[in-house]
Amino acid sequence: MSTQSESALPPERTRRPRIAGIGRVLVVIYAILALGATGRSVVQILHQFNDAPVAYSLSAVSAVVYIVATIALVARGAIWYRVAWVTISFEMLGVLVVGTLSVTQPELFNHASVWSYYGVGYVFVPLVLPVLGMIWLATHKPVALSQLPADETAQSETGATK
Amino acid sequence: MIDWFSSIQIAVAILAGVLCLIVGLTGRTPNDYTLGATAVVELLLVVQFVVALIAPAAGNQPRGDLLEFYVYMVSALLLPAAAVFWALIDRTRWSTVILGVACFAIAVMVFRMNEIWLVQNA
Repeated sequence: MSTQSESALPPERTRRPRIAGIGRVLVVIYAILALGATGRSVVQILHQFNDAPVAYSLSAVSAVVYIVATIALVARGAIWYRVAWVTISFEMLGVLVVGTLSVTQPELFNHASVWSYYGVGYVFVPLVLPVLGMIWLATHKPVALSQLPADETAQSETGATK
Repeated sequence: MIDWFSSIQIAVAILAGVLCLIVGLTGRTPNDYTLGATAVVELLLVVQFVVALIAPAAGNQPRGDLLEFYVYMVSALLLPAAAVFWALIDRTRWSTVILGVACFAIAVMVFRMNEIWLVQNA
């Protein structure tokens, strides 16, 4: 997976085109999930942390990972592309491991978290989203500067925003 | 919270979400109808906020965690506003889809808020 992000060119010679089209919808869904996970996690930690320190710490970690993934999807540059792969893979792993454990060992996860029962509390969005995120990343790799459309190159060089 | 009002609110949010999603996927940029539908969802949230502020004084006490409720409430209030703001800047069909996504998220959040107020710890 990380090999996919390592292009032949050094990172400073590559750019990621500005995220556009349906990718923006993906970013918004990520942002909403990050918001939801963060809000819930803050409440859990403030009010009931001692009930389930492990589950709630995990909730907090997942919230942070969703925030970083949201930023990594939008941010340009090859390093952010790698960060996006790492965080989105972590989410995929998290939802699968915690989801499975919550089914087989319910006593470990009897407190709600984003990933319990494969994210049923979030309409299974946490299960579907990493897959869509990976598809997006795999089909939108950073490209060499010379291969970018002229306007994109100009924008990334001047840092101009529309 | 008032159960029937929440139900209407969830129904409106789902309808607005379906409308924006269909209009967006047929390739239209945000227009008066989709922005208006999202604005109605936001307006109902403001009404809900006022209801939540007044309800305890009127004897309608929340059963659940009030902090959790207000975290949802404030996030919910910000969401359609942010989506509309986005739609006014980014004039593409995907902004219409994003309006729909925001409306669906509101439906889920109002459902959760209703549960916190009326069901949690019951």
